Amino acid sequence: MPLLAIAALAAITYAFRIAGPLLTGRVTVPPAAQRLFASAAAVLLIALAATSALTTGHDFAGLARPAGVLAAGILAARRAPFPVVVLVAAAVTALLRLAGIH
Amino acid sequence: MNMRLQWRTAWAPRIPDRALARDVALVCLADMIVGVSFGATAVAGGLPWWLPTAMSVLVFAGGSQFAAVGVILAGGSPVAAVAAGAVLNTRLFPYGLAVPDVTAGRWWTRLLGAHVTTDESVAFALRHTDPARRRAAFWTCGISLFIAWNAAVALGMLAGSAVRNTAAFGLDATFPAVLLALALPSLTDRRTRAAALGGASAAVALTPLLPAGLPVLAALGGLAALWRPRRRPERAESRRAGRRLYRAMGRRADKRPDRADGRGADRAPERASGRKPGRRAEPADGGLAAGGGR
Repeated sequence: MPLLAIAALAAITYAFRIAGPLLTGRVTVPPAAQRLFASAAAVLLIALAATSALTTGHDFAGLARPAGVLAAGILAARRAPFPVVVLVAAAVTALLRLAGIH
Repeated sequence: MNMRLQWRTAWAPRIPDRALARDVALVCLADMIVGVSFGATAVAGGLPWWLPTAMSVLVFAGGSQFAAVGVILAGGSPVAAVAAGAVLNTRLFPYGLAVPDVTAGRWWTRLLGAHVTTDESVAFALRHTDPARRRAAFWTCGISLFIAWNAAVALGMLAGSAVRNTAAFGLDATFPAVLLALALPSLTDRRTRAAALGGASAAVALTPLLPAGLPVLAALGGLAALWRPRRRPERAESRRAGRRLYRAMGRRADKRPDRADGRGADRAPERASGRKPGRRAEPADGGLAAGGGR
């Protein structure tokens, strides 16, 4: 089943990619729709970030992970380089767990 | 000669300029960190090696791969995983419309070019106006990224399976951190920020209640709800008034003027007043109108 899911996602993704060049000249996406696409993507990513930072399964994930993600989020908002953001997330979480805070 | 040179730069630029090579290398490096994190997260979560590999080669879109795998790791259904990934990739459609010229040429450059259409390769193409440089930038970035991304995912899977206790290294925090870093730059306007915050809150609140995967999709509902109040009131009102007028005019034109006049005059206010308290009719009407308007 996951293989079928991957095939489906791959096919849908490729369709989105090829549709633009194929339809060019015939279709224009109104700016409002483009903004909607962009916002939908942002909303989805943030929602996924929030749920994966705060929850495990149906339960609260504990303190260490959200703390690490929060530190990374602050750095990302201040335009820190990408590698720094990712490493800080892991480091803060790992250090908190080392200190016994889970 | 000129043709050959152009054709060559179309798919494998021999002499990319130094600035381009450097910038592409930096982007590849940044994306490789995402790829390593993706591969490690996937195998640490217990997924077989071929799953992230197949995804990276066939889907080749970081955000949606993360989204789909995140949903699956949380125990969500494959359908929810595909839906989450697909929504994220809708943006690739306007990308294709924005830079159709860079993949023009042979049929296989079209097919191959479509697959390496990413945020980054399109951004690189858009930096230039000169057609040849656009193509060079797009293809250099697209092909390099494809190789770098898949290598990084493989590397991440090795790391993820080598490290026994990934939680001790805080690896589980890298996944949401990557998503945040990907999404934050697009939260430029206030409405999107509000929609994202509302959607994320709803998703977290719904996580204990709904099957895995659905809360994240439910966050999209927040988008629509937050979008309406600003645009709708006057427009919907004027649309409704317009429809009333149209109806009245239609009747006047179709049937005998005296009778239609009386009916039309009678009916329009009746409908308007009948609709207002009946809140149930409104969302459907407004939703359709909004969907068509966009």
